[in-house]
Amino acid sequence: MLRFALQRLIYAIPTVLVLATLTFFLMHAAPGGPFDRERALAPQVRQQVEAAYDLDKPVWRQYLIYLGRLCHGDLGPSFQYPGFTVNELIASGFPVSLKLGGLAMLLALAGGVTVGAYAALRQKRFGDYASMSLAMTGIALPNFVIAPLLVLFFALGLGWLPAGGWEAGQWQDMVLPVVALALPQLAYLARLTRGSMVEVLRSDFIRTARAKGLPERTVIARHALRPALMPVVSYLGPATAALITGSVVIEQIFSIPGLGRHFIQGALNRDYTVVMGVVIFYGVLIVALNFIVDLSYGALDPRVRQR
Amino acid sequence: MAWRRLSEHRAALVSLVLLVLIALSCMIGPWLLEWSYDELDFEHVNTAPAPETGHWFGTDSVGRDLLARTLHGGRISLLVGIVATLVSLSVGVVYGAVAGYAGGRVDNLMMRAVDILYALPFMFLVILLMVLFGRHLVLIFIAIGAINWLDMARIVRGQTLSLKHKEFVDAARVGGVGPYGILRRHIVPNLMGVVVVYVTLTIPQVILVESFLSFLGLGVQEPSTSWGALVNDGAADMETAPWALAFPASFLAVTLLCFNFLGDGLRDALDPKDR
Repeated sequence: MLRFALQRLIYAIPTVLVLATLTFFLMHAAPGGPFDRERALAPQVRQQVEAAYDLDKPVWRQYLIYLGRLCHGDLGPSFQYPGFTVNELIASGFPVSLKLGGLAMLLALAGGVTVGAYAALRQKRFGDYASMSLAMTGIALPNFVIAPLLVLFFALGLGWLPAGGWEAGQWQDMVLPVVALALPQLAYLARLTRGSMVEVLRSDFIRTARAKGLPERTVIARHALRPALMPVVSYLGPATAALITGSVVIEQIFSIPGLGRHFIQGALNRDYTVVMGVVIFYGVLIVALNFIVDLSYGALDPRVRQR
Repeated sequence: MAWRRLSEHRAALVSLVLLVLIALSCMIGPWLLEWSYDELDFEHVNTAPAPETGHWFGTDSVGRDLLARTLHGGRISLLVGIVATLVSLSVGVVYGAVAGYAGGRVDNLMMRAVDILYALPFMFLVILLMVLFGRHLVLIFIAIGAINWLDMARIVRGQTLSLKHKEFVDAARVGGVGPYGILRRHIVPNLMGVVVVYVTLTIPQVILVESFLSFLGLGVQEPSTSWGALVNDGAADMETAPWALAFPASFLAVTLLCFNFLGDGLRDALDPKDR
């Protein structure tokens, strides 16, 4: 198990390094600098500003300085919000995004597994076809179509919930964004669970469990559900990545002050360090989650470790 | 054989017909319409759909005909979908086939590289690319194609591994065919079944990514448009003009659904062991 963990950890390091390098050089290859304004700065001011941000040094020096700071977890100062560091911006936006994404993940998991298991138990009957067609629709409909439709119906039509905003995190504000963010993942997880559950229900050990007279409830909960959830566990990594990507759009639609909005703002303002910081932050987050998922997968299924 | 199995799959068949209809109307439609996608009709600004005005889908906030714009947007969305998928297809097939056929250390190294790239938050990198280098259609093709080849490479590699020990490959090798010839003549043609299925499932993903970019205002530029950009415009004033959201959104949704159903149907038809 320890060897397995170490091996996984060794893959994680180059991933982060590739990411940091890629973002750094992309940013520097781009035409236009962060201090290109309509009115040019006086040469001396420009020189001083560039010196303050190390922009006057050769690119390879800047790269090394950046990597060195990164090792200490320092993402540098923001170019567009003077006085703020990227760490502070992330610290202000991330809790909001985390709450949104965490709730959406819980909803997607609980809903997806329930619907998928239900469909598998009703295989080739009406309940199966109905729920799987709905799931297909959920997968095909992107977040940014679902979200306005939800707003149109529940906020503008029925007036039950607010159409946007995130004041002090009231639950009414959270319902629509969380649902809109969760639905596509819920649909995908439902299909995934149904597929593996159908497979498991056909296997010999389920027949044995039934043959020895266990009640159907025990057979499903104890014997069928657990192996059927293995693909779900391995999908958690990509699901997180999808939720993070989706949150950018959802935060935009519902005007939620999360990290996704900082990212888009930073990208539009050419705020190099903010954009790089957010990409690397999310990259490390995804890599870390993948690592945890791999470990738990190894713990749940001994066959994975022995390969 | 495969065709017969596909035609038994009703949902897939209906999807195929619908897709052909949508594609044809996007290709031919704009020539038959009274209005072009960037023409302003000052007499009808923000009007609801009505045949009397000549705007079957209504007009947008500056008086452009939404039917023409939806069809033009479809052209762009489908074009991006197909071209970017072709990019990812060519990269993925070559990479996967080479890795699988070479085997051993080369394979190991190449697949580790894929694993590493796989963990990157690619959507963010694409956004970064769009912001840095301007919103160019060719760049969209390349950027999106560059995300999607990873899956293709993995699938193709797996398939190649199982193919390369088949008798006909041994026979070709004994007959003196070099590795390049074997890949080109014997391995790649036999991959086509899997690849076709995967392509039908990649196209909607790519359309989705493009719409995502356009929705954030980072995709195609005005006055040109795509379904994602139209949905974004429509969502902005859906209270007063719901038709501006409804038509492009339903075109987008129906197209994505159809590709998904078709892909499922093709998988069932080409891969009987899955049933």
